[in-house]
Amino acid sequence: MKHIKTINESTLNKDIKKAGCGECQTSCQSACKTSCTVANQKCERK
Amino acid sequence: MIHSFKIHGTYMVLDVMSGAVHQLDEVAYDVLGCYDENGVLNNDELKNLSRYNESEINEAIEEIEYLKKNHMLFTEDPYTQMLPGWAKQTVVKALCLHIAHDCNLRCGYCFAGTGEYMGHRSLMSLDVGKKAIDFLIENSGNRRNLEVDFFGGEPLMNFEVVKGIVDYARTREKETGKNFRFTITTNALLLDEDKRRYINENMHNVVLSLDGRKEVNDALRKRIDGTGSYDRVLPLARKMAEERGQQQYYVRGTFTRKNLDFGTDVLHLADLGFEQISVEPVVANKDSGLDIRAEDVETVCREYEHLAKEYVERRKNGQWFNFFHFMIDLEGGPCVAKRLRGCGSGTEYLAVTPEGELYPCHQFVGRKEFLLGNIYDGLNQNPVRDTFRNTNVYTKPRCNSCWAKFYCSGGCAANAWQFNSDIRIPYEIECELEKKRVECALWIKAQESSRLAGPAEN
Ligand code: SF4
Ligand code: SF4
Repeated sequence: MKHIKTINESTLNKDIKKAGCGECQTSCQSACKTSCTVANQKCERK
Repeated sequence: MIHSFKIHGTYMVLDVMSGAVHQLDEVAYDVLGCYDENGVLNNDELKNLSRYNESEINEAIEEIEYLKKNHMLFTEDPYTQMLPGWAKQTVVKALCLHIAHDCNLRCGYCFAGTGEYMGHRSLMSLDVGKKAIDFLIENSGNRRNLEVDFFGGEPLMNFEVVKGIVDYARTREKETGKNFRFTITTNALLLDEDKRRYINENMHNVVLSLDGRKEVNDALRKRIDGTGSYDRVLPLARKMAEERGQQQYYVRGTFTRKNLDFGTDVLHLADLGFEQISVEPVVANKDSGLDIRAEDVETVCREYEHLAKEYVERRKNGQWFNFFHFMIDLEGGPCVAKRLRGCGSGTEYLAVTPEGELYPCHQFVGRKEFLLGNIYDGLNQNPVRDTFRNTNVYTKPRCNSCWAKFYCSGGCAANAWQFNSDIRIPYEIECELEKKRVECALWIKAQESSRLAGPAEN
């Protein structure tokens, strides 16, 4: 495509049937103690 | 629902329901602006784009239509029918243990009233700590991974109890099949070699509090004698970061309206060699002189954009660091069910006071109307528990119509309570900052992905 470049394809709605297993980390636990950002849960290490 | 925005001359759009992110050129951005919220092109508005030639406009329309067809723009909400299933009874999976309601600092913005939490100074006993571990195991259902954060006040003031609790939890791990992850949040003042070694061997994550520049830090993070804490804390925090291989820790600062140029503090921490940095806005009373006000929002947003630019530059040029609030994992982030409810305070996450009382989270401790029981008798019938359980981005009207809902997850209940006296009404100023951080994070992704995909930069 000439005018639009996709940075990320659809990912949120993939596998929604499997969503909600709940083993993930709670969110306000580590680096933030007041403002929580869930989307950043997994760290991308260099 | 889509959200299109522009940062540093880059045009971008987020397709809210699918999570697809695109970078556009100016034509496509303007053409996209002629679509209504349902993805229908308004031909009358197109007429205002006479500055572009027709073939360009048609190409852009074609590309937008292609993305629509492939569920990467104007995607409809596929989640509503799943909501009842995701709302099933929750279990407790994380505790914040208030090891010490006492502190060896007197920080000007402390939400805990310098450790007292509207109570009196006290330390958690080992007995209460063990009972809290038992409570967590008993209330965690089939959940295997359990988290315990040692918090305060200042937890290093009661470190023998911390060790005792870790030992106890490890023995219970074996018989119950649970897996504990420990973290500790400390001001680093008492972080001697023995404690560092113990923490490095036993704790999954460490949060070290430091606000940034010396003058900024020392203006608010004062020792009991009134002097600043920077000179003592910095070398200890640095050692800790080094010993942990610059991973699994955060140096965490707070900014207030006294340092709206907090980006300089973030960069200062990076200059000092810290690679994992979190600096976030204060939660302070309206009359404290420290709280971020509506008139500050524009300045703060501009500061985030500045910082984002510098962040990309540094990471590209061998000065890599990680800023917690710009981290976003587009491919592998948490599932939508998780994104609906955020921190889990009051349901899967609870705070335990030194006396063993339970509260929705550390920020609610001491507010009696939020008392949820105690570790001896278990959870009580306080109706606010249902409010926490039934609250998610779909039940909060403001969040439901917000483009950032799957990244923000509905904001901080404690903030909402403090400013709007209702955990279901998010604190608007925090919303504005959060949305700007998400925009910056998406922009950073675009910058860093074009570097991977494109030709080498010169
Ligand atoms: S930014 Fe505000 S309105 Fe939007 S999801 Fe977060 S808390 Fe809700
Ligand atoms: S309510 Fe706020 S402070 Fe409490 S756990 Fe949630 S995000 Fe953190």
